[in-house]
Amino acid sequence: MDIIDRRSNPHGKNIENRRRALERARDAVQKAVREAVASGKLREAGQGNAVSIPADALHEPGFHRIFSTGERHIVLSGNHQFSRGDRLRRPPAGEGGGGGGSGQASDEGGGEDSYRFLLSRDEFLDLFFGDLELPDLVKREIAATETTAPSRAGLSNDGSPSQLDMGRTMRYSMARRIGLGRPKPEELKEIEARITELEETRPLSDANAEELEALRERRGALRQRLNRIPWVDPVDLRYRRFAPTPKPSTRAVMFCIMDVSGSMTERMKDLAKQFFLLLHVFLEKRYKTLDVVFIRHAETAEEVDEETFFTDPRTGGTVVSTALAEMLRVQRARYPVQQWNIYVAQASDGDNSPSDTPRTAELLEQEILPLVQYYAYIEVMGSGAVIRGDTDLWRVYREISERQSHLAIRQVSDRKEIFPVFRELFARRTTEQAGRV
Amino acid sequence: MTETPVTGAASQAGKGLLYQGADWNFHIIRDCYAAIEEIAEKELGLNVFPNRIEVITSEQMLDVYTTNGMPVSYSHWSYGKRFAGHENAYRRGLMGLAYEVVINSNPCISYLMEENSATMQALVIAHAAFGHNHFFKNNRLFQEWTDPSQILNYLEFARGYISRCEETHGLEAVERILDAAHALQGQGVNRHSGSRRIDLKGEQERARERRAWEDRSFNDLWRTLPPVNEPEIEPDGAKSAIRRQFGLPEENILYFLEKHAPRLAPWEREIIRIVRLIAQYFYPQPQLKLMNEGCATWVHDRIMTRLHELGRIDDAAYMETIHSTTNVITQFGYDQGSTSFNPYALGFAMMKDIARICTDPTDEDRRWSPDIAGNNDPLGTLRHAWAEYRDESFVLQFLSPRVMRDFRMFRLLDDTRDPYLLVDAIHDEAGYRDIRRTVAASYDPSAWYAEIEVVDVDTYGDRTLRLEHRTRQGQLLAENDMKLTLKGLADLWGYRVILQEIDAPSGRLLASHEAIAHN
Repeated sequence: MDIIDRRSNPHGKNIENRRRALERARDAVQKAVREAVASGKLREAGQGNAVSIPADALHEPGFHRIFSTGERHIVLSGNHQFSRGDRLRRPPAGEGGGGGGSGQASDEGGGEDSYRFLLSRDEFLDLFFGDLELPDLVKREIAATETTAPSRAGLSNDGSPSQLDMGRTMRYSMARRIGLGRPKPEELKEIEARITELEETRPLSDANAEELEALRERRGALRQRLNRIPWVDPVDLRYRRFAPTPKPSTRAVMFCIMDVSGSMTERMKDLAKQFFLLLHVFLEKRYKTLDVVFIRHAETAEEVDEETFFTDPRTGGTVVSTALAEMLRVQRARYPVQQWNIYVAQASDGDNSPSDTPRTAELLEQEILPLVQYYAYIEVMGSGAVIRGDTDLWRVYREISERQSHLAIRQVSDRKEIFPVFRELFARRTTEQAGRV
Repeated sequence: MTETPVTGAASQAGKGLLYQGADWNFHIIRDCYAAIEEIAEKELGLNVFPNRIEVITSEQMLDVYTTNGMPVSYSHWSYGKRFAGHENAYRRGLMGLAYEVVINSNPCISYLMEENSATMQALVIAHAAFGHNHFFKNNRLFQEWTDPSQILNYLEFARGYISRCEETHGLEAVERILDAAHALQGQGVNRHSGSRRIDLKGEQERARERRAWEDRSFNDLWRTLPPVNEPEIEPDGAKSAIRRQFGLPEENILYFLEKHAPRLAPWEREIIRIVRLIAQYFYPQPQLKLMNEGCATWVHDRIMTRLHELGRIDDAAYMETIHSTTNVITQFGYDQGSTSFNPYALGFAMMKDIARICTDPTDEDRRWSPDIAGNNDPLGTLRHAWAEYRDESFVLQFLSPRVMRDFRMFRLLDDTRDPYLLVDAIHDEAGYRDIRRTVAASYDPSAWYAEIEVVDVDTYGDRTLRLEHRTRQGQLLAENDMKLTLKGLADLWGYRVILQEIDAPSGRLLASHEAIAHN
C-alpha cells in the first residue's frame, strides 16, 4: 500500500477547462456581467464577481428517451397509507412521479437552472467592456518611438548566464572537442585500470614492464590533452541576444469635467460619478499609457485628483465656461495637440447661468472641438426633467453637435441607463470616421 | 466510558487503540490500514487490487469530481462547466463533498480528503480501499468491460494525443469532434453483441501505426461499390452486401463512424475512438451502482464494527462511524420527495439481509430463497453475489419480502390515458413479486439507454445514413437534445442522416428526423 500526499500538488487543474467553458458561453457571460453592473455595485464591479448564466448556454446534448405516453410502473418507498387498488391524483407537471429509479428524470436536463462563475477582476472587465474603444485614436505615429521592448535577435558570444543557449553551446563544444581530438575520459580510465593491474602484478615480466612503461607515457599524454582541451570553452558559449525594438505607443489624455453645482442633486451627482467611474475603469483597463485629468466646476473650476473628484462634496453656483477654460489651460500647459489624442467627457445637469451659455458655446466650438478627437457630453436629468424640457446647455450643444460629428450628447435619467449610454458613446466605430483627422 | 491509555508502541504491536480523537497523521493511517487489511483479508476473505491512498484537499476533490475520479483527462469545456457547478454548490454550502472517491484502476486509487477526522479516514479506507476495490476486482461486468491496469496510461495517452491535435489542427476543429462524440457517448458500446475488453496498452501503441497506415492507404469504401449503371444486380443482394460490408445493423454508433465515416481525417477517427473507449470504461458503473455501494457500505460497517469489538477504536469513534453510516443509508419516502432508491440504502439493506438469511432464516426466507437460507456461509454467499451479478439480476434474485417491507415499497401504474395513478401492488404477499420485478427492471440498462442502431447506408445515392430508434413503450427521444445530437452525428458522418423512431413490437414508424452535415 502506498500513501501519497497530494495536497501540495499544483492546484488549478481545471483552470483551462473553466476558461474554455467561459469562452463557449461568452455571449451569455457577457450579458450576465453587464446586468451585474447595470444593477448597481459599480465600485465593486472591478473586484471580481460571481455571475450566473443560464444552463442552456452550456448544454450537453445526447439521446435520451422521455416517457410521454403509454404505461409504466414505478416503485416508491415509504408507503404508510395505500392499499392495492387505491387511486392517486396525478401530481402536477408530471414530475412528482419521477423516473422510478432509472435516473431518467434527471437526464432530461430540466434539473439544472444556471451556472455560476466566479470571475477575476481582469476577466470581468474584459467581458464587461467587450468591444469598446476610444474612437479615432489616430495620432499614433507621433509617439511611435517613445517606448522599446526587447525582442529576440539571434545569438551572441556574450551575455548574462540566464540567457545561455544550452543546446547551441553544447553543439559547438562537441564540434570543438571532436575537431581537436579530445580523448574520451573512459579511455583514460581503461588505461589507468590496466596500469593498476600491471603495477600489482609481481614479478613483472619484461613484456609487461614494457607495456606498463608505454601505458604510463600514454596516460601522461592523455591527461595533458584532457587538461589542455576543456569540456566547454568560452568560445563555445552562445547567448540568446535581445535587441530593443521600438514599440509604437499611443498617447492620449481624457479630460473628465463634472458639474458639482448646487443645482445638481445628490442623486444626479451620483449618476455623473457613476458615469465617470465607469469611464475611469474602462480607460484604466484598456489604455495603460493614458492620462486622465479630473476637472470639477461650480461657479469656478479647478483641476483635482481622482480621490477628490469622486468623493469630495463641493458645491456652489454654475458657470460652465470656467471648466472649459480650465481644460484648455491644462491642455496648453501639458498636452500639446500635435502629440496627444485628446478626449473630453463632460457631465452636467444642463443648468448654466444664462449669461455664460453663449461663451460656453463659443469656447466649445471655436477652441476645444478643433483640438479633440471626441467630446462626450452627458446630461443628467432630475426626476422632473421630463416636464422641464430641454435645458439651455442641451439646446446649445445639440446645435453644435449637428455641425460637428465628434461631439456626442446623451441624456441619462436613471442608473440603469448609464451603461447603455456609455456603450453608445464608446462602441467601436466602423471606418466611417477613421479617415477624419 | 473508559479510556485505555495508549502508546505508540502499543499500537504498533497490533494491540490497543489505533488513535484517539479526531486528528490523524500518516502513522495513524498506516496503522489503521494494517488493522483493516487484516480483517478484510483474513476475516472477510476480500481479494483486492494493490491499494494506493492519496490525500487531497477539498479543491482537489472538486477536480476529481469533475473528471469522474480520473486523475488525468483531456481538456474540454464540459469539464470546466462541471467544475463550476460543483465548486459553486460546494461554496454555497449546498453540497458536502464526498469523503472519498475511488477509481477502478490497478493499483486502485482512493482519495481521502484532508478535512476528514481519523475515524472517517479509517472508514473510508475500509469502504473504498477494500469494499469498492474488492468489487472492482471481482465483479464479472468490470472484468469483462474494463482494463483497470491500463486505464491511467490510456488517459495519459488520450490527453497527450488530443492536445497534440489541438496544436496541429486548432482548438475549434478538435472541439467540434469532441462535442459531437460526447453527445453519442451512450451509443459507444456493443451492448448486445457482447463486451470486448480492450487492451488499452496495445491500443496506444497501435494507435500511431494504425493512423500512419490509414494515412497511406486509400479508403476504398466507395470505390468497391458496384457501378450504378448495372441494373442487373438484384436490390436484395446489393443490400445485404452493404449490410455485410458495413456490419449493419450496428448499435455502436461511435464505432461505426470511426470505421466508416467517409470524410473524417485519421486524427478525427482517433479522437472518436478515444471517446468511445473511455465511454466503454465507464459503461459498467451505472449498472452496478447499487451493488457496488451496498458492498462497500456493508464492508466498512462490518470492518468498523470488528475494529470496535477488538478494541482498536474507542466508543466515540464507533459512534461517529454509526452516525456517518446512518447518514449515508437514509432512504426518504415518496412523500419526502424521493423518487428513487438510494443505492447505499437499498444496497446495504440487501447485503445485510442476505447475511441474515444465511445465518438466521425465517420460514418466509426458506420459501423465498431456499438455496441460501440457513447455509451459514454469509461471506461466501455475498462474495459470490458480488462477483456474479449486476444490479438488475441481483435485485431479481435477492430482494426479499423483508427488505420490501422495511422500505415499505409500493408500485404505481402510470397510464397516461387515466387521470390518476393506480396503486397496483404493495408490500404484501400478493405484491412482492410484482414489486421485485419492477425494481429489477428499473436497473436494467436497456431501461435508460436508448436503443439506436445504424441500419442503412445509401451508397448508391447521396450517402444518407439511416438510423433506427426502437422505442420502448412509446418513449420517444427528448426532442431538443435529439436534434442537437443528430446534427453532431451528421457533421461526423459528413452527409445526411435520418433517424426514424419505430415502435418496437409493431414496427410502426412513429417519427422521423433528419439532419444534414454542416460543412
